[in-house]
Amino acid sequence: MTVGLNAFILLAGLLFAIGMFGVILRKNTLVIYMSLELMLNGVILALVAFSRYNGTMDGNLFVFFIITVAAAEVALGLAIIVALFRLRQSVMVDQLTSLSR
Amino acid sequence: MTDILFYIFAAITLISALLMVVSPNAVNGAICMIICFVTTAALFVLLEAYFLAVIQVLVYAGAVMVLFLFIIMLLDVNKDTSDLLKDKMTLGASITGFTLLVILIGSAFAGGQHLPETALLPVIENPTGEGAGIPFTTSAKSFGYSLFTKYMLPFQVTGFLLLAAMIGVIVVSKKHSENS
Repeated sequence: MTVGLNAFILLAGLLFAIGMFGVILRKNTLVIYMSLELMLNGVILALVAFSRYNGTMDGNLFVFFIITVAAAEVALGLAIIVALFRLRQSVMVDQLTSLSR
Repeated sequence: MTDILFYIFAAITLISALLMVVSPNAVNGAICMIICFVTTAALFVLLEAYFLAVIQVLVYAGAVMVLFLFIIMLLDVNKDTSDLLKDKMTLGASITGFTLLVILIGSAFAGGQHLPETALLPVIENPTGEGAGIPFTTSAKSFGYSLFTKYMLPFQVTGFLLLAAMIGVIVVSKKHSENS
């Protein structure tokens, strides 16, 4: 494969940028959360690419730990969103403004 | 050949990620997200990280996105997501931030001071050396070896973190009774 490291890092950076775009743009908490997962996805792509081009295994192991922690984080975050919906009947961030009043 | 595969998978990843962000229906967004995760796993295969590709499909595209779809359909919040383009302030702010971030990322690859281009190192099939730097291999054996030698403490801490997350989910999602 003659594709260099820069192409992978550029792709990872663009994935991160698209994730940040979604976090700012969307109002639905679930979609914001999916965009956060997209940002994590870009980061782990960069780590795997660095690991492959550096010739060491450590980046791959970091990705292993990141995936584990992300799975735990998703389970806990979705439980919090369900609890929020049960309390307020809404998951839109523009309707969750009780602290600003 | 693999170069063409890289460009195809990169294009699918970026397009499905953008579709996830801008699709007004959250269920369609979750499906686009699954496509994005699967093509990222394909990119892992191109990077010869086969074990991580399998983990990516099983954990992200399987467990995590099924959980997302389950919660989206459980909460049924699709009825009031029609005003995506109505809020001009949010739209302008997010597009400005996205453009600035893309320019920042692109400036590392274009122009006079771009990053140095590195070549692929050869993959060692059967690792024998022990020590600080574990060489890159394609076998799942080196994962187990690294997890139980160099990364023993993070491995244990991650296991404890999973236990804490499980207990936390039970506590958060438990219904509080009125009389207690």
